[in-house]
Amino acid sequence: MQSMDRRVVITGVGAISPIGMTARESWENAVAGRSGIRRISLIDPSDFSSQIGGEVKGYDPEEYLERKLAKRTDRYTQFALISAREAFEDSGLEGNIEPERLGVIIGSGIGGITTLEREHKVALDKGVHRINPFFCPMMIGNIAAGQVGIDIGAKGLNFSAVSACASSGHAIAIGADMIRLGRAEAILSGGSEAPMTLTGIGGFCALKALSRRNDDPQTASRPFDRDRDGFVIAEGGAVVVLEELEHARARGANIIAELSGSGMTCDAYHITAPAENGEGSARAMRLAIEHSGMVPEDIDYINAHGTSTQLNDINETIAIKTALGEENARRIMVSSTKSVTGHMLGAAGAIEAIFTSFALNEGVIPPTATLQNPDEGCDLDYVPGKARQAVIHAALSNSLGFGGHNVTLALRKYTGE
Amino acid sequence: MELENRVAEIIIDKLGVKPEQVTPEAKFDTDLGADSIDQYELIMGFEDAFGLRIDEEEATKLTTVGKVVEYLKGKGLDQ
Repeated sequence: MQSMDRRVVITGVGAISPIGMTARESWENAVAGRSGIRRISLIDPSDFSSQIGGEVKGYDPEEYLERKLAKRTDRYTQFALISAREAFEDSGLEGNIEPERLGVIIGSGIGGITTLEREHKVALDKGVHRINPFFCPMMIGNIAAGQVGIDIGAKGLNFSAVSACASSGHAIAIGADMIRLGRAEAILSGGSEAPMTLTGIGGFCALKALSRRNDDPQTASRPFDRDRDGFVIAEGGAVVVLEELEHARARGANIIAELSGSGMTCDAYHITAPAENGEGSARAMRLAIEHSGMVPEDIDYINAHGTSTQLNDINETIAIKTALGEENARRIMVSSTKSVTGHMLGAAGAIEAIFTSFALNEGVIPPTATLQNPDEGCDLDYVPGKARQAVIHAALSNSLGFGGHNVTLALRKYTGE
Repeated sequence: MELENRVAEIIIDKLGVKPEQVTPEAKFDTDLGADSIDQYELIMGFEDAFGLRIDEEEATKLTTVGKVVEYLKGKGLDQ
């Protein structure tokens, strides 16, 4: 059941990713199935078992941000600022909302790890007295939300969501709930991540979580494929503007899609492995459908978490069948856009929510671009290879994080009703 | 390079201000927009560039560009 009268819609989007410097460009490349995965260039990857990643290409912070701001912000905060500026401009909300009723929730899995590593090295090499005074306010995992608040003058509720790869899924789910509760009229929700550092990549390599297909980066992230061998680490930012429906209508806003509900659960099982048969993820999907006042028959498409790890893809497939029922699961389309973006960690949920809202709005389903040979047990319609034209009315977007965090967002095509 | 120019270069780099703003009378807070953290970083920039340590009490007195130059001259750094 729709739990409250206030409905939430998406009225602006922004992103900077391995496949585009804007939300629109990223979407077009996701639809075209153009991979953003290359050999890592931000640091020398020679010592890593996984030497490939999704980097934001040709990025110069001073092209986007004032010089002083660029110097005073970690790369992860810059991606949040750039995405938020784009989303806010796209929404047309500037001057059309009370600043006290505008909130910000930006998630990150890690925070300012580039800054942390640099200043740790300074402390070791030159002594603790040489740590930069901006170290703490540059590194902390909430500062992206704080900087976005300063940048656009948003004076309403403002904090960060931290749940690893589910962070920006939580940011959007909670943002929508805050609007339903009447605590804000609009919220910029999303996530950002910049993990391309020695310990960022090295840590995931140590977990044996990353693909080692170094000789073929563009097909290394291959969700649901029998030859998948881990996820591909990536960076970027993505932000959506969530707005109360009547507020959006009153100002004649362009409504991209409705954020109709969400489900949030925990596996309570293991720090990195999903619960058997994706039990927690299945419950999150069920809750999101119920929260939206829908039934499984309403769902047409799922943007899967689909990381390209052995455990995720099979368990998520089983979870989809459990949540929707076997028949519905076989009817719907399921795709993983991580096949081309790689895994943007704390930004993944938000960019995938953007892709899902565009899919609803434009009737185009982005493919699982790299899928060639579906694994045994991975037997759903994963939209392999090519995008598909299809008018869809309701969709889910899954985000699952280390710690056993599960978030499912439910979105609906906005028809004016 | 002259001491004045070296000091100006550090200020321009750290604070992102224009060269013409960096006059001897310019106050770091009101004229050059530096908050307290900016000023701590600036002091560290001078320390690194000139190879000295400026203690906290002295640092709080260095409120203008000219005072920094005078201070460094006093340490014999213009020779």
